[in-house]
Amino acid sequence: MSKNIPSGPSPDQDSRYWKKNITVLSCILVIWFIVSFGCGILFRDWLDVHFPKVGNAPFGFWMAQQGSIICFVLLLIAYSFLMNRLDERSGYQSPEHH
Amino acid sequence: MTQDTWNFIFIGISFALYIGIAFKSRAGSTKEYYTAGGGVSPLANGMATAADWMSAATFISMAGVVASSGYDGSRFLMGWTGGFVLLTVLMVPFLRKFGKSTVPDFIGDRFYSKTARFVAVLCAIFICMTYIMGQMRGVGVVFSQLFGIGIPLGVIIGASIVFLYAGLGGMKGITYTQVAQYSVMAFAYTIPAVFIAILLTNNFIPQLGLIGNYTQGDATPVPFLEKLNNINTSIGFSKYTDGSLSKIDMFCITAALMCGTAGLPHVIVRFFTVKDVKAVRKSACWTLAFIAVIYLTAPTIGAFSRVNLIEKLNNTAYSEAPAWLAEYETTGQMAWVDKNNDGIINIHGPATSSAGKPNNNVFVSDNGKPKYPPADADESLQKGQHGERLLALKPDMTNPNELYFGTDIMVMANPSMAGLPKWVIALLMAGCIAAALSTAAGLLLVLSTSISHDLMKNIIKPDLSDREEVNYARIASFVALGVATYFGINPPSAFIAKTVAFAFGLAASSFFPTLLMGIFNKRMNKEGAVSGMVCGILFTISYIIYFQFLGGTKDQWFLGISPEGIGFVGMLVNFAIALVVRFFTPAPPEHIQHMVDRIRRPVSAPGDENDTPPVVH
Repeated sequence: MSKNIPSGPSPDQDSRYWKKNITVLSCILVIWFIVSFGCGILFRDWLDVHFPKVGNAPFGFWMAQQGSIICFVLLLIAYSFLMNRLDERSGYQSPEHH
Repeated sequence: MTQDTWNFIFIGISFALYIGIAFKSRAGSTKEYYTAGGGVSPLANGMATAADWMSAATFISMAGVVASSGYDGSRFLMGWTGGFVLLTVLMVPFLRKFGKSTVPDFIGDRFYSKTARFVAVLCAIFICMTYIMGQMRGVGVVFSQLFGIGIPLGVIIGASIVFLYAGLGGMKGITYTQVAQYSVMAFAYTIPAVFIAILLTNNFIPQLGLIGNYTQGDATPVPFLEKLNNINTSIGFSKYTDGSLSKIDMFCITAALMCGTAGLPHVIVRFFTVKDVKAVRKSACWTLAFIAVIYLTAPTIGAFSRVNLIEKLNNTAYSEAPAWLAEYETTGQMAWVDKNNDGIINIHGPATSSAGKPNNNVFVSDNGKPKYPPADADESLQKGQHGERLLALKPDMTNPNELYFGTDIMVMANPSMAGLPKWVIALLMAGCIAAALSTAAGLLLVLSTSISHDLMKNIIKPDLSDREEVNYARIASFVALGVATYFGINPPSAFIAKTVAFAFGLAASSFFPTLLMGIFNKRMNKEGAVSGMVCGILFTISYIIYFQFLGGTKDQWFLGISPEGIGFVGMLVNFAIALVVRFFTPAPPEHIQHMVDRIRRPVSAPGDENDTPPVVH
């Protein structure tokens, strides 16, 4: 855990970290949009007809009532994992490691 | 044992628990008062935030709304949970890193402007105040039903309890109380759902029951949702799985709820109570997981109770109707008018009134709620020939619908509909009260800190000592509760229910874009932020006021967007105005840009604290 502890972050390091941060959260938000607005609202009718049912529920309906919520929880877990890894790799560690 | 005894036991025990916890963890310093000292574990904070977030309205009414509107109810399910994703990835890690205890603090410092801070304080006060009023009313109604006291006394009792643990304990007391409250709520909500799922679908996981088969009574199982669709269409409603809202409206309402969630001050401050940015992320995962437990159960309760309600009551003679009908008649949640004098309950879908408008009103009245003759009226005015409770309202004879039911009973009456034991009902009651009290306490805290910290300390009297500040916060929460109690006792008619949507629209059109640009747009300056915030709010407020209170009609809606969803458009207005104004005004000073750099970094670096000298203009 003790690799490259910075004496103070340089502006360059900061901007590289920020770009990666933006990449992570854009990915999360794109999926967020697809599972909720995409599946649950915009393309619901099409998905109801053309996608396999979940149990006995039409796909779009299920996504709107249950599926999207499950995806949200998974998304946050993924976000937390990815960001913690990014922090560590960029040399930003929580004070507990110092 | 009687139901009352059970209720007393459950509610007594839970109250003793809440107050005991609050007393043990009462706050000594401002830091403890505002952010519980900043060392709450992510798991505990997740539970507390979930309890804070789930208001009485969510707990009691949401399943009812889903039950009556089917697919359309998804806007609440997706909107309120999806908002947490926005909140977590776009807001709280950065605001936590900023390190001050309130949202107006961030807006005031980031935009180096007293005006911005003041506008933010006003928004926070308004959002919290409207919410608390609704919670206090809810507490009053539940108490009055439980103990047979008047609603005013119920509201006053509820207010004193909230003051005891919010005023004394501050954030520290509230956090640990809410952990207990979440546990009560989660059990109260899911246990009845499990029992009903077993009865109707032979599946003990309600979520699987909903997408499984309906097995009760029939020899051949049918898909549950098909059964529900048939029930709906057989009495004239549209299919349960089809919506009646337009796509654009559904989109805007969901988006407004999501962005509103991400801008709600009382949810944001909850994340200031954990140790560091890493803990914030973890805590947000827990929060959403705990909320999902309830939000995944809500659609199943909605669907199950709709089947139960219509199957058991429609075309049943009143004299043979289940006992809970009479129980909810006495509390005014259900009412039956025998329009065709056959003694049989008839439920119908939307009919067309003589004026050519869809109409399924049971009786003629301004708000569709039942009204009863005075208690001392003659016996013949109280009971009808079938034993039903008579109403002091004229039936609306333009349609054949005979049964009135409030959306709130879908959760409240659920255990009795399914014939569950009395202690489950008592647990549910305790859960309802926990939901109302926890939200009221959380809001009260934000309200009082907005007044004491942001208004008194940062704008009016900068030389306030720590101790005086906490005292101001206590006085502010006392006054705020007084006002909330007044409006809880004398609600401005339909005002409260409507202002919930109002509060979300406001948060979406004011806080959300401003916070977002404060973090992600380094060049955003005070002129842009203030003008964006003011224009966004004014647009949203005037749209809502025009259509809710000044009699605007549906065909005048902008692009077919209802007032519920206009907060999304208000948000776009905020963004647009801010970016345009920004283009013509000078960039923010150097130290502000450094401050933005600092909050984007997950950990503190040497010399960080000197980046941002206190800014007072």
